[in-house]
Amino acid sequence: MAAYVIRRLWQMIPTLLGVVLLVFFLFKWFGNDPAEVLGGLNASPEQIQVIRDQLGLNKPVLDQLLIFLRQVVTLDWGRSWATNEAVSHLFATRLPATLTLMVPILFLQVLLAIPFGLTVAYLRGTLVDRTVMVLATVAVSISLLVYVIVFQYVFAFRLGWFPVQGWSNSFWTNLTNYSLLPIIVQVAVALSPYTRLYRTFFLDEIGHDYVRTARAKGLSERVILLKHVMRNAMIPILTNISVALPDVFVGSFLLEVFFSIPGLGRETLLAVNRGDYPVIQAFAIYIAALTMVINLLTDLLYKLVDPRVVLK
Amino acid sequence: MTAVTSSSPAGPRGQSVWSAAWRRLKSDRVGVASMIVVLLCLLLVIATGLGLFASDWQQEVGVPNAPPHFVGPAPPEAIGTIAQPKGPDVDLSDVDPLAPRYKEWAERALKYKTAAVARAETLPLGGDNLGRNVWKKALKGAQVSITVGVLASIVATLIGTLLGGVSGFFGGKVGDLLEWVYNVFTAMPSILLIFAFAVVFGRGVLPVVMILALTGWTGTYRLIRAEFMKHRVREYVRSAEAIGASRFSRMFKHILPNVSHVALVQLSLYVVSFIKYEVILSYLGLGVSVDQVSWGTMLSEAQSELLLGYWWQLAVVTVMMAVFVTAFSLFTDALRDALDPKLRGLE
Repeated sequence: MAAYVIRRLWQMIPTLLGVVLLVFFLFKWFGNDPAEVLGGLNASPEQIQVIRDQLGLNKPVLDQLLIFLRQVVTLDWGRSWATNEAVSHLFATRLPATLTLMVPILFLQVLLAIPFGLTVAYLRGTLVDRTVMVLATVAVSISLLVYVIVFQYVFAFRLGWFPVQGWSNSFWTNLTNYSLLPIIVQVAVALSPYTRLYRTFFLDEIGHDYVRTARAKGLSERVILLKHVMRNAMIPILTNISVALPDVFVGSFLLEVFFSIPGLGRETLLAVNRGDYPVIQAFAIYIAALTMVINLLTDLLYKLVDPRVVLK
Repeated sequence: MTAVTSSSPAGPRGQSVWSAAWRRLKSDRVGVASMIVVLLCLLLVIATGLGLFASDWQQEVGVPNAPPHFVGPAPPEAIGTIAQPKGPDVDLSDVDPLAPRYKEWAERALKYKTAAVARAETLPLGGDNLGRNVWKKALKGAQVSITVGVLASIVATLIGTLLGGVSGFFGGKVGDLLEWVYNVFTAMPSILLIFAFAVVFGRGVLPVVMILALTGWTGTYRLIRAEFMKHRVREYVRSAEAIGASRFSRMFKHILPNVSHVALVQLSLYVVSFIKYEVILSYLGLGVSVDQVSWGTMLSEAQSELLLGYWWQLAVVTVMMAVFVTAFSLFTDALRDALDPKLRGLE
């Protein structure tokens, strides 16, 4: 087990290096000149030159890359070019907002989709099943944006049940007040594809021999579904969670932009628009590392749910 | 597709993959219906692209925010008009410094002709804040959004198929290198990559196509690579090698036709997700340029319009998008069932 974890962590290094190179060269070769972005419209060529010197943009590309690599290794990312805020501080202060959104979304959509999927799988072939499937297909085809606009208008603006947007300093106010509407939007949008998918997982299991045996020995349908089928269906569900995790990232990033929540997503968009390399590079690496660690955790969880799984 | 079916000789050899798939697709009622809707939409897009429809979408034909026909004209605004003063007009000409020139200006003004355009009170599906016909705008927007989605899917599929083919066929060092590239691209959440590429490439239809294609190819790569690895050691490929078929011909003449259905299904999955991404990119201001219209730019206008009670632009875009994307997803499902019967019933 320990050997497995160590090997997996070791394998992350080349990937992270690739992320570093990709981000570095993408902006170096194709991006705008950050000195011009920072200098603004009225900067004279001399001023821009000074900024370039200050940021080390006049050094050879290889030197810049080496400096950057040293920053990665020492975890000292320097400061944002735009706000002069330490990047590590920036990350640490923006992450909580993102997690306040992401964690409830992840839990709610999985925990709601399981009973939904199970119910629809139980009712397979009936009118209810087909109606739900058709509605799910149509619901998925509408852009997330439409849901955001309509939900904001109806529930926040018209009915006044939630604040339209905003954020506070208190975790509880955020969780119980400001993040509710974004969470509801995302869960409502994600519920139908998840229900569809989980229905498939459950149906797959229901077709197995052990279900027939359980029925033959007289177990009630409830016990079969909740005890036998559920346990086995957890394996594809867990795999799916790790696959879907990037999507949750995407979703919460966009929600942050739409609802003006000061999280990583909004900060990334801001940094990208300002050409704020230190921030983009650090975020890319942080998020890549975070994604990989979560993937590793899912694999370990996998082993916990299904003892037959051999980690190699 | 027809070219492939007609070129395969009929006879005891049995059906080709494509004709068998076509037969299965034809027997799927939902599949056929959704295919017809998709084809109609694509025809509409092509016709709009050629300028047959909605080429005059920028004409301001109605009053600003003209309601749809079935709603009826907006009631006249009561707020903001200043009550007419009641008393007699006071002659100001002796204190008005401009008074001597009024006549000259009036004469000069007569030299110019202004054509008063009659603006429609209502439009078939309403108007936007400039009085442009929302229906025509949505058609034009559909053209842009669908073109972006389809082009980006084609490019992404080409990249994914080519890299996946090379990686799966050659393996070894080349395969390892490509696997590394794949890992790097999938390590970052796609949205971060998309943001980064979006800033680097700028705005417009072609940049958006490149952004989506360069960030989206990984799915196809994975599948095609697995297929190539499986097929590489099959007997028919070994036989081809034995009679001296080059690597290139084995890859593209022998293996590719046998795995292309995987790429085709993936392509149609891409179309749906790329259209959705384009909408979001355009909304964030990272998508098509300002003088173009797409479903995303329309939605971003619709957000503020909705607050003023002008719901039609949002409704038209939502319905159009729902119809096209739903039809396309159903068609994709049918296509997958038809091309890969083993998967039937999955998802």
